[in-house]
Amino acid sequence: MELVCPAGSLPTLKAAIDNGADAVYIGFQDNTNARHFAGLNFSQPQIEQAIAYARQHGRRVFIAINTYAQPDNWQRWQEAVDRAAQLGVDALIIADMGVLDYASSRWPDLRLHLSVQGSATNPAAIRFYHEQFGIQRVVLPRVLSLKQVEAVIEESPIGIEVFGFGSLCVMVEGRCFLSSYVTGQSPNTCGVCSPAQAVSWHESADGLTTRLGGVMIDRFAPHEQTGYPTLCKGRFTVAGNHYHAFEEPTSLNTLALLPQLQSAGVKAIKIEGRQRSPAYVAQVTRVWREAIDSLQQGSNQYRVQAHWQETLGRVAEGVQTTLGAFHRPWQ
Amino acid sequence: MKLSIAPIPYFWPRQVVFDFYERIAESPAEIVYLGETVCAKRRELKLDDWLALGRMLQSAGKEVALSTLALVQARSELATLKRICEQDEFRVEANDMGAVHHLQGSPFCAGPSINVYNPWALNKLAELGMTRWVAPVEFSSAMLTRMDSRRPENVEFELTAFGRLPLAHSARCFTARSHNLQKDDCDLKCLDYPNGLLLHTGENEEFLILNGVQTLSAGHCNLIQEYADTRAAGVDILRLVPQVHGMQQIIAAFDQCRNGITRPEAAGEAIQALIPNGMNNGYWHGEAGMN
Repeated sequence: MELVCPAGSLPTLKAAIDNGADAVYIGFQDNTNARHFAGLNFSQPQIEQAIAYARQHGRRVFIAINTYAQPDNWQRWQEAVDRAAQLGVDALIIADMGVLDYASSRWPDLRLHLSVQGSATNPAAIRFYHEQFGIQRVVLPRVLSLKQVEAVIEESPIGIEVFGFGSLCVMVEGRCFLSSYVTGQSPNTCGVCSPAQAVSWHESADGLTTRLGGVMIDRFAPHEQTGYPTLCKGRFTVAGNHYHAFEEPTSLNTLALLPQLQSAGVKAIKIEGRQRSPAYVAQVTRVWREAIDSLQQGSNQYRVQAHWQETLGRVAEGVQTTLGAFHRPWQ
Repeated sequence: MKLSIAPIPYFWPRQVVFDFYERIAESPAEIVYLGETVCAKRRELKLDDWLALGRMLQSAGKEVALSTLALVQARSELATLKRICEQDEFRVEANDMGAVHHLQGSPFCAGPSINVYNPWALNKLAELGMTRWVAPVEFSSAMLTRMDSRRPENVEFELTAFGRLPLAHSARCFTARSHNLQKDDCDLKCLDYPNGLLLHTGENEEFLILNGVQTLSAGHCNLIQEYADTRAAGVDILRLVPQVHGMQQIIAAFDQCRNGITRPEAAGEAIQALIPNGMNNGYWHGEAGMN
């Protein structure tokens, strides 16, 4: 299984590679990628350095061009594909059918992966993207149980990548408009979810109130750990009960499922978090490298080590982790 | 301008569904989408029932299309999807790329949960047989106008013009969760909420609707007063999302508006009372959807 790690900067990319990433995925400094945050991502010279560093160490670099081009800005996506192809990256991670069509016809030798934002959750959808655009790998949305992942792999004509660790999208990726409903900016069109400029924090006698686009997402009592107001991780009132109506602030962590994912035939494990620091990526990558290496010794001997869980638990969102949709009762 | 009736997003008892479409058969709407698009566990009607409803509506002069599930995960769901796509009585509205895979080569509609954001994607689907495109809910009039200027031949544009907006789908059932149940043992709780389950913010503002694995806006989109603009942006069909109350008045208001019998402002006022949680037309104006 290939370990695919995130990087939002050159130091982070080096941290990922130094700690055992097989491949690193990165993005350009604009809304052609789904982590379009201020100060994040790579300029042209930085990408050249990133690729050179990866090559020296025998690792791969993928570029995510995984948002949706719009009628008035199509040129930017087309240029992003051309730039990435000319840089000689190992694969492009794309979501948009129009961009896939362009990339596959203009650069027929370029390896294409379907982004999780492409929202392919079943073999028929995967077959469509494979036959139409020649995609060679698909990143599965975080909505499938382990059994469903196994069933998809049995019928998929191409390799499957799944998320192993990081922030958890509760909604099927690529088809969630909650952020744009409240802020006008969505992952699909702007490459952001619950964007920072729409966030406000207000301290009062009642506690710390967080808002997104003016909508109250949560209020934290003094003893509670506070969290970023991602819409689907907030507390709301339904039928008189006030609770995390969608999901608690939590991170996906599938270390415990690694042997099953391997025997199901998963080709790659993706770590979420291009917005994370070099230190975070270094720690998470090291744990997953150890885990995958330990699995190679034989899946019968594989045990989730306490220090792996401690490390991941320390850096996880909300300091708790879940198996998410992989574990059917979560659903 | 034609009027269409979107699939019923909620889980209604069988007889309520049949009664609803009896009234739709007599309405001035030209196009009706049938089928379950949210959750495969909702089986008050089976595919054969939907087909029978389709024939009834067709004999009443309606154009009928079958809509597919938006989030297709299980093998059983894929098998149903295939059956819908392989029947040849009615056109199919694809709501997942798996459906597009099965439908390519013959005429089909691309539903609102297919991600088409630019003319290049639009043209690709048109090449594969798409004859009608329903814009994603976050489309603005400016985006639609630009799509129209590069519209492929023989592709109709449809826009959600009335109703709660479908905002997200999940593997998790939030209605079951609100009852401390898991999806596999949900007791079909959605049957208790014919208009979905209202979610308030911590400040008691009506915000969203939990509808099983789907999340909708609590407020309604209502573009009746933007009728002229929707026409100018190239919209051929206005899509109305079913709700329990007042669907006939809503259809009548849009019908009178398009026929010039009632001015858009007056038509809008006529159905204002049928929008319990406020009006949210932000997307159409290029703003946050809830504006």
